[in-house]
Amino acid sequence: MTLIIVIALVAIVALFVTHPLRRGVAARANLETEVRTADLSTAKEDKYREIRDAEMDRRTGKLSDADWRVLDRQLRAEAVEILHDLDELQPPADA
Amino acid sequence: MDPARKRRIRLVVALSAALLLAAGLAYTSFNASSEAVTPTQLLASTATGRTFQLTGKVVDGSIVHRRDGISFKVRDRVGTTAVPVNYSGTIPDPFRDGREIIITVRKHGAGYTGERDTLITKCPSKFSDTPAPTPGTPA
Amino acid sequence: MATIGQACLLIALGLCVYGAGASIHGGRTGQEAWIVSGRRALFAVAGVVVVAFILLESAFLRSDFHYTVVATHSSTTTPWYYRLAAMWSSQEGSLLLWLTLLSVWSSVALLVIGRRMRDVVPYATAVLLGFGAFFSALLIFTAQPFTRVAVAASEGIGLNPLLRHPSMMIHPVMLYSGYTLFTVPFAFAIGALIVRRVDSEWIRATRFYTLGAWLALSIGVLLGARWSYAELGWGGYWAWDPVENASLLPWLTGTAFLHSAMVQEKRGMLKVWNASLVLATGVLCIIGTFLVRSGILDSIHAFVQEGNTIAWAFTSLICVLIGTSVYLVVSRRGDALKSEASLDSALSREAMFLANNVVLVAIAFVVFWGTFFPLISEAVTGTKSAVGPPWFDRYIVPLALLLVLLTGIGPVISWRRSTLARLWLQLRGPVVVAAVVTVLALALTQAADNLKAVALFAAAAFSISIAVQELWRGTRARQAMTGSGPGRAFVTLIARNRRRYGGYLVHIGIAVMFVGVAASTAFQHSQDVRLRPGQSATVGGYTFLYAKPTARIGQRAGELERIELGSVIRVTRGRRYVTTLRPNRGYYPINAPAIGALTRYFEGESTSEIGLKAGAARDLWIAQRTDITSFTPIIKKGDRLFAKAAQAGLPARTQSLLLGQALRGLVARYVAEAPGAQFRILVSPMVFWLWIGAVLLVLGGLIAAWPTGGGLSGRARARVSARVARDVRAPATP
Repeated sequence: MTLIIVIALVAIVALFVTHPLRRGVAARANLETEVRTADLSTAKEDKYREIRDAEMDRRTGKLSDADWRVLDRQLRAEAVEILHDLDELQPPADA
Repeated sequence: MDPARKRRIRLVVALSAALLLAAGLAYTSFNASSEAVTPTQLLASTATGRTFQLTGKVVDGSIVHRRDGISFKVRDRVGTTAVPVNYSGTIPDPFRDGREIIITVRKHGAGYTGERDTLITKCPSKFSDTPAPTPGTPA
Repeated sequence: MATIGQACLLIALGLCVYGAGASIHGGRTGQEAWIVSGRRALFAVAGVVVVAFILLESAFLRSDFHYTVVATHSSTTTPWYYRLAAMWSSQEGSLLLWLTLLSVWSSVALLVIGRRMRDVVPYATAVLLGFGAFFSALLIFTAQPFTRVAVAASEGIGLNPLLRHPSMMIHPVMLYSGYTLFTVPFAFAIGALIVRRVDSEWIRATRFYTLGAWLALSIGVLLGARWSYAELGWGGYWAWDPVENASLLPWLTGTAFLHSAMVQEKRGMLKVWNASLVLATGVLCIIGTFLVRSGILDSIHAFVQEGNTIAWAFTSLICVLIGTSVYLVVSRRGDALKSEASLDSALSREAMFLANNVVLVAIAFVVFWGTFFPLISEAVTGTKSAVGPPWFDRYIVPLALLLVLLTGIGPVISWRRSTLARLWLQLRGPVVVAAVVTVLALALTQAADNLKAVALFAAAAFSISIAVQELWRGTRARQAMTGSGPGRAFVTLIARNRRRYGGYLVHIGIAVMFVGVAASTAFQHSQDVRLRPGQSATVGGYTFLYAKPTARIGQRAGELERIELGSVIRVTRGRRYVTTLRPNRGYYPINAPAIGALTRYFEGESTSEIGLKAGAARDLWIAQRTDITSFTPIIKKGDRLFAKAAQAGLPARTQSLLLGQALRGLVARYVAEAPGAQFRILVSPMVFWLWIGAVLLVLGGLIAAWPTGGGLSGRARARVSARVARDVRAPATP
């Protein structure tokens, strides 16, 4: 009885693990682009968040208005750069 | 000065400060430490006024309760050499005859005095060597 | 069942080895099929290991003493919920728990990460499976949980009574969850370094696990401290014991990482530092497990007497981990780990985070050095020496002070650069509060005797008032922006910035805890005293009167579990009645009839149940050490009588009836004669706040770690992206 259970267990596990190999999932294409796009998208989100946080810092008095204007302009320029890089990778329909 | 050079200098200064502090720490730890000894080693050592971290087993039947604490004897893990220790402070729950203990001691006259609250009893991983069938249980 | 359990472990080892190979192969060749297969191997490991875990737990629940590990760590008199916990009081069971948590947590991580980071995932999977292979190999070759004996013992040895405490059921699980959760960011850091993609992506992808690990580890450490305070007849909560330190080390580096990771996310800086921190944290988690499981350092928690094989295995693993980590960081230092920005100013949030990191790592270094000093000194001087708590305190107290100050300044300083004038605007309120607290403490209490404590009070007041001010100003700004009421603004403020405000709550918790620690160590009154009924002792203005002795025979499932010999203590202050405390000492029988039929009921383990009256101003704490030496002659006499009776062939049933009578007689005699007992009495001011701070810390951690959300709300995102879009269309406008 024990033996049967063990054999069944091994069989189930083996089938489960080797399933993708037997089905022969296609090799991935364009990993470079995919990874780069993912990177840039998260960078964009980070930058947006940073812009919003800077606004909050100004409102709570951590940044003077003058400092904030400089910082905000810098951050927006960085965001634009990221958007440009993204555009180069993606079809423009997504923009 | 160009920024790269400036950064390098800052890094070197920070690292040497850290190293200096670490060295100081290391130095004091050697001074403040107490040597870990067995009863045999403790008896052999002549240094007075220093503290030692004594490890060994409590000699069976040697524990005496006094008003201000306890006294007991500690022997080598293997062997019979034993030293008497006076101690006041917390007594850990598992402390009893035959248990392995660690205590920080200082020479005091003919015997040794344990520093307050330094007595540590090792948790025995097993209560006895073999589980034995229980005899009758109280009804 | 045992065979199936053993088979599960073997299958797990096979799967780990296969899966690691498949993942690496898939990662190198880019063949998706192998990568997916490697991932599935990890899921399958979780499946079979959970089966093994359940099989072993059910053996504990059934009290199946065919299993050696059950017979030596559980008994029928152990309550069922402690039987579950008894599993991880054993070497084998706790390694199985490690493996279970590792496989489950890493499976969850891979499922959630899904299709993100597809280049890093295969290597991370391989690292996680590598850990799995290590622990399943240990379970197969050295610490076998499914070892059986042909003839079962009729009764087990039982769970060590010291461990019969609710927090001890959760404490190991939490610590191990922390350790295993930290292996997820560790594995992803390794993967990211291998493929040279060390941007903030791996930090973001694993942030939830880092926060979760930090939270679990915090809970574990705090429960351990609570257990020590409430269960051990010692009254302390931290002793700089190697095993405690081992759990604190990854907590410290993990805390440092949580802060410096934000700098990398925001500024693309500190990449080498972050990678090193997370790798160090992962290694320290393994070292922590190793210290607990190998008994290499003298500790109260010497769970095992000798573990040579395990020690060697762990040492090799740690060497491999350190070697790999150092190699990866050093070889990637030039390109992938290059910083994207540099520190603009020493007056900036990132500089404060850096300072906080330096302090945390310095604390970690001190703790590490002190913990491993016996090994270091043996290597250097040839003699094994150890450093005690005073040595730790000397360094940790000033560093902790600095840390609390930094938790105050950090949040109010802006990113990139700030000015002293700006900073002063933020700090002046809290500085005034801190000054007032200092003056009040000096004027109204005896705090002047202990300036270290006063400094900590001031720093804590400073830090707490800054956090409160932050919440206040944030709410006000939000009110002004959205026009909503203060309550709503407060809630949305926190909900929209959970990580930030959760973090502030953690800061408050830490500061409150430090207040509790400082007050209770600096101003504690303690006394060890021997009392007989009617006698009293006065400690810290409170009079503790030994009113009368108590005794009780505790039974479970028709068997004697323990004999409790205790006392009723009446506490008064002046003429005013305060409370009644009932400490006792529980004697658990030992399973060795040879030492005497009666003696065995008193020579087993014994534990103190403390009497505790907790309060915001002070805790009254008392532990009793019952002295039954005067009963030894009677007990020995009883032993001899029962030995004779057994020889004479008295029926077992009669014997057991007589034994019950004898024990009841002994207990009644104890109450009547009431020999003196040793008491340890503590009056600890404000120690209560340590636990309040702990609860706040956990709450803050929960707010910060709670999954989903945390990103920009739809509206805020639209607003920001519209502003940026304007720039895209007209890049020239400033």
